[in-house]
Amino acid sequence: MSDGKTVENLITITIDGKEYKAKEGEYILNAARANDVFIPAICYLTRCSPTLACRLCLVEADGKQVYACNSKVKEGLEIVTQTPNILEERRAIMEVYDVNHPLQCGVCDKSGECELQNYTLELAVDSQSYMIPDTKRETVNWSSVLHYDAALCIVCERCTTVCKDMIGDAALTTVKRGGAELDKTYKDTMPKDAYAMWNKLQKSVIAPSNGTEHTNCSDCGECIAVCPVGALSSRDFVYTSNAWELKRIPAVSAHSSDGFQIYYEVKPTSIEDRSEKIYRVTNEWNYVSLDGSARFAYDFENRNVTKNQEAFAHAIEAFKKAKTVRFNSVITNEEALMLQTLKEKTGLKLYNPEVRAFQKFLAHYAEASGQSLYSTDMDKIMKKSDFVISVGIALRNDSPGLKYAFNNVQKLNKGAGLYFHPVGDTLVPTFGKSVECFTHKAGLEEAALYLILDLFADKEKLPKEVKTYINSFKRISKEIIKEKVIKEVVETVTDEETGESKEVKKKVPETVEKEIEVEQNGLIELLGKESSAFTDTFTKMISKKETFSLMVGEDLYYHPKAENLAKLVALIEKTCAMDVVMVPPKSNALGVALICDLDDEAEGYTIGYNENGDFKLSALGEGDLDMPAMNQQEGTLTNMSKRVVPTNAALEYGGYELNDLVRELIGAPKETIGWTAKLPISKGFKAVEFDTLANGYTNDGVENRGYLLDILVKETQIPDVEKFDEEDTMEGETAYRCNPARQYSDFTDKAHEIFEPFALYASRAKAESLGEKVEVVFKSGSIMLDVIADDKILGDIVKVPDFKSAQNVYELFDGLRYQNVTIRKV
Amino acid sequence: MGLEQFKNRNIGTQTYRMLDLGQTPTRGSDKFKQVVKRTFKGELFVGLWVTLRAMINSLFRGELHTVKYPLEKLPISPRYRAIHDMLRLLESGHYRCIGCGLCEKICIANCISMNTRYDENQRKEVSEYTINFGRCIFCGYCAEVCPELAIVHGSRYENASEQRASFSLFEDMLTPIDKLSLQEEYDGFGAVTPYADDHIKKTPLAY
Repeated sequence: MSDGKTVENLITITIDGKEYKAKEGEYILNAARANDVFIPAICYLTRCSPTLACRLCLVEADGKQVYACNSKVKEGLEIVTQTPNILEERRAIMEVYDVNHPLQCGVCDKSGECELQNYTLELAVDSQSYMIPDTKRETVNWSSVLHYDAALCIVCERCTTVCKDMIGDAALTTVKRGGAELDKTYKDTMPKDAYAMWNKLQKSVIAPSNGTEHTNCSDCGECIAVCPVGALSSRDFVYTSNAWELKRIPAVSAHSSDGFQIYYEVKPTSIEDRSEKIYRVTNEWNYVSLDGSARFAYDFENRNVTKNQEAFAHAIEAFKKAKTVRFNSVITNEEALMLQTLKEKTGLKLYNPEVRAFQKFLAHYAEASGQSLYSTDMDKIMKKSDFVISVGIALRNDSPGLKYAFNNVQKLNKGAGLYFHPVGDTLVPTFGKSVECFTHKAGLEEAALYLILDLFADKEKLPKEVKTYINSFKRISKEIIKEKVIKEVVETVTDEETGESKEVKKKVPETVEKEIEVEQNGLIELLGKESSAFTDTFTKMISKKETFSLMVGEDLYYHPKAENLAKLVALIEKTCAMDVVMVPPKSNALGVALICDLDDEAEGYTIGYNENGDFKLSALGEGDLDMPAMNQQEGTLTNMSKRVVPTNAALEYGGYELNDLVRELIGAPKETIGWTAKLPISKGFKAVEFDTLANGYTNDGVENRGYLLDILVKETQIPDVEKFDEEDTMEGETAYRCNPARQYSDFTDKAHEIFEPFALYASRAKAESLGEKVEVVFKSGSIMLDVIADDKILGDIVKVPDFKSAQNVYELFDGLRYQNVTIRKV
Repeated sequence: MGLEQFKNRNIGTQTYRMLDLGQTPTRGSDKFKQVVKRTFKGELFVGLWVTLRAMINSLFRGELHTVKYPLEKLPISPRYRAIHDMLRLLESGHYRCIGCGLCEKICIANCISMNTRYDENQRKEVSEYTINFGRCIFCGYCAEVCPELAIVHGSRYENASEQRASFSLFEDMLTPIDKLSLQEEYDGFGAVTPYADDHIKKTPLAY
């Protein structure tokens, strides 16, 4: 990406006598890291706020001792990273960290990649000068995945920081340890910063922030990733492998459309079985934060598959008589291109209800805006935006990446946010003080977009009809308000001693009732908030904000008026100085939407690729012909950030691939990755060979993975948007098609560290009224589900998941995301 | 130095004495006489007596000079590196191995393999451990790197087997629990040196 480097103003700083370029306003530590200069630091996380727990990053800037993680660079700043005093402090800090640290490196999972080990060696700590009685700290399991060994914890607070500033769950906090007091003599004999750091360290330990023994969080495991020592690990991974035994294979998370970069870490299954197994997933936690599905749903491979020639012959026959291929978004760009080529050569229909609505929405948007793709992504939002708006995304469930961005903007960019969604959420308002949530009726997404136009649009640019339409919602009402007025009162005071009377002017506050004219915005009221109160809050929210971003999601694609919504989004982008990002529903939905020419209906003999069908190609191990799962194949995926990213095979696969079928049918390159360079340039792809694609991050955090799609621009007029019908909302019992936070597809469900069941999720009150098990009746069928209470849901709308393809939930919802249902207790 | 000079160089005074071998017989009858004379002189019995004397000494006087292998074996140095032993803690009888994996990592023949797990007592348990003796080159790195002196080289050097590769499991190498009292502290390659105490700085403890 080249534009990231040219925008910022570069200034010159000096570190240890050498000149370097740095971005203005950057922290010294980040500037040093970007220039490959090493400054030790444990507690700092690149995209989070400085914690100042470890104090190792002490440097001297213009002769003054500062912490590199929280002081910013300025033109001509002279930085010295090592002075005798700083070295003394650092050595003392590391000695303190080693006080009472259990000498169990031999069994510790972190040994070999432990920052405490590394810094102890780096700072050459070979003796100990401090001591304090130890406190017994128990090992606890915080959740179904989190394992905390408090004895190993050095309370750097990276876990609490990442959970608050990035993930948004704020599920962890520091609590009192109840340890011994420091020996008073240390205060005078120890280096100052080391003493202060120890004093804080000795008093605290990490615990769930809800006061119980268990975290009520999304179980993303990012706290595990950032832990510098062995204190936090995955329950499943504890004591199963040493870091150095594992081979790291760079890949892309296969489930959500965020397309995070991950590393599958593999080694042989056991002594008897030498075939490789994935033990865990790790990430570059300074630059990318994973969600629970990316980290824990890794063992979905199709094991022990051999080339079954008979099944292959059947598959070829099936393809010859098939009329439709039904598939989902868990598919690489290359495979999508194979299916598209099949369609072009043999006239097969391609049916994909998961992606089709998004594809249409994207097409309408492109038509209206003149841009083939939306303009921003989560990384840009986090780096630049200070006002984010989310419409039609169940932020916790649909797109963890955007949830992190939404939260990060509040925490780091002093931002504000608006969240429009029919299902009330208790977590989103906790992201920041300037977050306003609109819990509106299902079906009013258009009203939300009109309100955004009203609040943010440059009124000059808006078409006249739209302006009048928006103004038609406004009415002036008279309101009586109480106002404090200072009045001057003249009093006659008699001086008691002299008897003289004097006139004294006094200022007296008085409350006066006053009638004023208030503009009431009907749109705000329609969306469920009080107009004047919101207007006041909004004035505060918008002050000093410069960069605005809009996130739109699946609710809009599956809306009866999706076309109008797409035009409204385009209109907002054109008139509001606002960037837009769309959430592709799941995995590689964007790639499929761009590459495949999808059909609305399936007909005739259907081949299901990881989906229902008359002949099933399946990577789940239950079909008529086995296929490789996402962790067994190489290829590219197109993620939400419009980036074509390479993924690699972590595990062996011995069976046939889709490419073998396509080669037999119509001829194809020898390998699947032979298709990479053939991806359609007309859709923004590039003719680049798979093996030349980069896959990593540079030290300054620039994403260097694959390539960005080209956005094709053409001139267009301001789009014509339609009015909406206020009455067209969903009343009565409503079901919302939405998966629990770590579930996306059959593949996540197959993984053994994902525990969220296929059930009906509802707010606690609603769940209690429904009982344990219900039958949800749709127009076209019904489904039996257990009821699970989710404390983060508010309101009466219930969530019905769609991650099991066998349940055919997409068809029950009949092309919509909200549907009227009857819920019967069973 | 030329060749002539080389041949005539001074090589010191020679004190060779020529053996008096007599005349080499040239006639057939003389040759025959020499054979008979040498055959019946009795020198053969001089030689046989040496053997006989040794036999009598060993059989009847108990002056044996060889070891009765395999009934008897010579003591070997503690630094000898033969088949590995897995030692137990003398106090508790629990095996010493903590499952750190260092032996597996350092093994240059790549013959050690282990599996570990989180056990019910919140400890790391070695669930499986094997050494492939077909590959082991008995270098001793595993014993040297072991932080617990759990894996050491024992004295079992008879490792001929019917198969090219013979594996040994943890249990085979582990000191049998009933022979714990016979377990000897390892003194060989990787053991703590006698003067180790002089070289460590003690960590202060607040107890």
